[in-house]
Amino acid sequence: MKPKTADKVATGIIVFFALFIVAILLGMLGYIMVRGLSHIDWHFLTSPPQTIKEGGGIGPQLFNSLYLLVLTMIITIPLGLGAGIYMAEYAKPNRLTDTIRLVVEVLSSFPSIVVGLFGLLVIVNVFGLGFSLMSGAMVLTIFNMPLMVRVTEQAFRSVSREQKEAGLAMGLSKWKIITSILFPVALPIIVTGTILAAGRVFGEAAALLFTAGMTTPRIHFDDWNPLHAASPLNPFRPAETLAVHIWKVNSEGIAPDALEIAAGASAVLVIMVLIFNLLARWLGRALYRKFTSIK
Amino acid sequence: MTDLLRTQNLKVYYGQNEAVKGIDLNFAENSVTALIGPSGCGKSTFLRSLNRMNDEIADARQTGNIWIGDQDINAPGTDVTVLRQKIGMVWQRPNPFYKSIYDNIAFGPKYHGIRNKKELDRIVEESLRKAALWDEVKDRLSSSALSLSGGQQQRLCIARALSVNPSILLLDEPASALDPVSTSKIEELITELKQSLTIAIVTHNMQQAARVSDYTAYFYLGTLMEYGKTEIMFTNPTKPNTQEYISGRFG
Repeated sequence: MKPKTADKVATGIIVFFALFIVAILLGMLGYIMVRGLSHIDWHFLTSPPQTIKEGGGIGPQLFNSLYLLVLTMIITIPLGLGAGIYMAEYAKPNRLTDTIRLVVEVLSSFPSIVVGLFGLLVIVNVFGLGFSLMSGAMVLTIFNMPLMVRVTEQAFRSVSREQKEAGLAMGLSKWKIITSILFPVALPIIVTGTILAAGRVFGEAAALLFTAGMTTPRIHFDDWNPLHAASPLNPFRPAETLAVHIWKVNSEGIAPDALEIAAGASAVLVIMVLIFNLLARWLGRALYRKFTSIK
Repeated sequence: MTDLLRTQNLKVYYGQNEAVKGIDLNFAENSVTALIGPSGCGKSTFLRSLNRMNDEIADARQTGNIWIGDQDINAPGTDVTVLRQKIGMVWQRPNPFYKSIYDNIAFGPKYHGIRNKKELDRIVEESLRKAALWDEVKDRLSSSALSLSGGQQQRLCIARALSVNPSILLLDEPASALDPVSTSKIEELITELKQSLTIAIVTHNMQQAARVSDYTAYFYLGTLMEYGKTEIMFTNPTKPNTQEYISGRFG
């Protein structure tokens, strides 16, 4: 084959694969939306689910997913940033840091069901946290930690060495260089990593079955004291998330409209992930501009 | 003229490899010293050792003495952050911070304790004037430093180095990534700056070394091959190796 022909064929194949993937994505998205959107209304988004009757909603589950995201990120972001910065800026290349890196990699490939059972044994039972948002957040942190650490490390390493040296040459301390020179430049990559980690929180079901639980107690949306048992903000109450709810309704729901509820909830979940993505990107860009005064 | 900076048997190792093999070199106050030599001769490594920049490289270490006045800044226990304020540095590739033009300059002084806005404004203007950049940027101090051209960015980096009032300036091929117009601006600037500073410049450009420097040090394979007044080095070098390098026969 002539090089020119080969080039054309290769381009054709690559374009075909790209279109194929886009088609699959659009197909799935379209299917979920078409099946689910018609079922979404204000009542569906705000009212509690029904076990036997039809007309149940997903209000508490929706709130649980969002609140679990916040709790998980409160734990994940500081830990991930700290460990990532350590790996990029402080750790000397030796056997210990190689081992840490290996452990982080292995951690990221654990099946979620295994991590869930580990959470049940250690966090729920031994630590005595019970089926609770806190248990769920800690298990999700185990998932997200490798991603956050790796993304943070790479983000800091991607900043050119001269940036750091410029800071050193002016007599700045290491800490000042990290926070004021490197961090703003690394920020967009870190935001992307955070979005990926957050997607996992929305989507994870298997590990949460055993940790955050499959039920939501009666919660009162007019009581915002986190210490009250019936408050939505109480982190030590069981909480079924949207993803877990979809799984449950699909597999053992006996309400007559179970399928519609699952479809509607799926659409809501997808839309939520989308909104969160856009918001996080917007926030990341705004911060980057503020730090770097790039217009 | 007194020597502001002196090195004594300065050696730098990368792992087992001795990159700089015991250099004794004096830098006279308010003069420009050019460090020349073929790639890999250790001139950049030597320059970077002067403000202990090699400390940051994991397997690098350096021995010997570096005297500023009667203080040996290579001695253990030296506070490198204080030392580095006295020695400014500019790199081959312009590396402005991802900040506004103003913040690039004000950042160092702010960190070292100057909070007064008027005082900071004064330092920013003075530093930019010294770097011959003020007139080009005075109307857009709040825009990003990355919006400047390469030559402007490099002068901004010089202004940034000047903002903490160093007495020594190290330039590592400061013009090699710039176009001829920007290069000649940087060269004029070097000649201006030596009124108040002691400057060491690494360069691959022989004409540049001849134009801007008072003294020239020729490095070869980690040793100081020859050192002298620039006009003598370029017209009448004593060693044949120096003669060959300067006339462009190798390197």
